[in-house]
Amino acid sequence: MNKIVKYVIADLLRSRTVMVYAAALLVLSLSVFSIEDNADKGVVSLLNIILFVVPLVSIIFSTVYLYNSAEFIELLVSQPLKRRTIWLSIFTGLAGAVALAFLIGVGIPVILYAFTPSGIILLLCGMLLSVVFVSVALWAAVRIRDKAKGIGLSILLWLYFALLFDALVLFILFQFADYPIEKGMVAVSMLNPIDISRILILLQVDLSAMMGYTGAIFRNFFGTGWGMAITTLVLLLWVVVPAWFSTRFFERRDL
Amino acid sequence: MITIQHLSKRFGKLQVLDDVSLTLLGGECVALIGPNGSGKTTLIKAILGMVVPQSGTIFFKGNPIGRQWEYRRDIGYMPQIGRYPENMTIGQVLDMMRDIRKMPEAALDKELFDMFELHNMLDKRMGTLSGGTRQKVSACLAFMFEPEVLVLDEPTAGLDPVATELLKDKILTERSKDKLIVITSHVLSDLDDLVTQVIYMQDGHPLFHKSLDVLKEETGTDKLGKAIAKVMAKDAAGKGVTV
Repeated sequence: MNKIVKYVIADLLRSRTVMVYAAALLVLSLSVFSIEDNADKGVVSLLNIILFVVPLVSIIFSTVYLYNSAEFIELLVSQPLKRRTIWLSIFTGLAGAVALAFLIGVGIPVILYAFTPSGIILLLCGMLLSVVFVSVALWAAVRIRDKAKGIGLSILLWLYFALLFDALVLFILFQFADYPIEKGMVAVSMLNPIDISRILILLQVDLSAMMGYTGAIFRNFFGTGWGMAITTLVLLLWVVVPAWFSTRFFERRDL
Repeated sequence: MITIQHLSKRFGKLQVLDDVSLTLLGGECVALIGPNGSGKTTLIKAILGMVVPQSGTIFFKGNPIGRQWEYRRDIGYMPQIGRYPENMTIGQVLDMMRDIRKMPEAALDKELFDMFELHNMLDKRMGTLSGGTRQKVSACLAFMFEPEVLVLDEPTAGLDPVATELLKDKILTERSKDKLIVITSHVLSDLDDLVTQVIYMQDGHPLFHKSLDVLKEETGTDKLGKAIAKVMAKDAAGKGVTV
């Protein structure tokens, strides 16, 4: 398997998009950290940008790459290789390249300016989030044959996770404000990998006090070892489940 | 070497392959011809396991291919459009295929690689190459691992005249080594001196499968192109259509 991964990563790391992405993250993080004097404040400012940009770039770039590689994937399928191996190699290559770009772009400033628990959690979450959205892109690209429609779907998915989901949650919150739904909110937040990352990091920087009673419930859940373990597991599920579904689909699909 | 039995494939409502049964043997060079959309590429893709048929079976050396993958070790495939990751160099593409096939360096057939003079261009990125050069890379890859079966989908499209002749010579050499070669092409004149058998596909069904000599004799012509034109004219006349 790693014989394909090696070449896919080498190809991706030389792509201009990945380089520009890493450089842009680097400039962005460096400037945010040099504006904010407090490391935690820097992490929070950076968090909002990262939670917006990382999923967007990961999902769109991966989808476009997959459609552009259609003929290359066909050629690989005509070789003595299992389809599962091919698909998982491409997934690993894409995830590796996007996560590495993030690690370079945000990791260096974090190590320089904010080598704190919150900074490290930000790094880990950002990398996991990159992989999650590559996995979601894989699923979108394998289900839809048409390139334009596929890219459209991945933009919609990003819009949903980044904006619409929060709007829906707010709507529910206001509608059921009179009921004790705080515990339910913990469960609902698990449905969105971006929200999980946001909560995890905000709790690290003691901003939960700003979130009122729900914040306290979150603190009680996410602040404990168990809560952290479950959250990490859920994030990993967000990687595995779309990747697994897309692999299953790819194994049966006509090329 | 390849036996196809009652193969059918539908894409949505479109019947692309309709009850195809064929037997292809080693030492033959088979021309797969027919109008656009007659199912030639789909048939090739079914043989390579890229398209999963609704019904019917393909046997490769006596074994049904099902969802196997090992049998593809014996097949070299040259696709109609060869597109590769843009930032991979020619050298990397060749290395990757070598890694996949795990063949010792000495056993590789590098004749085409040398004839096309690709060694000067090993560091060039695939994204910067012309269509013809990419076709040359595809051809090299198909022949490099000494496969017993060669599947060439429009091999000469985009190649310059010199490269076309080199490729044709290579195909003839391989044919004499008892290999099975399947070629689709719209350039019938290219196929004339290469093929021994002709399969004519129409609407997903093979209209006939004859040896080239028999076909020429029946139609009283000496060129494949003329023979096919005659057959089609006869067919159209049979249906009451004037040509």
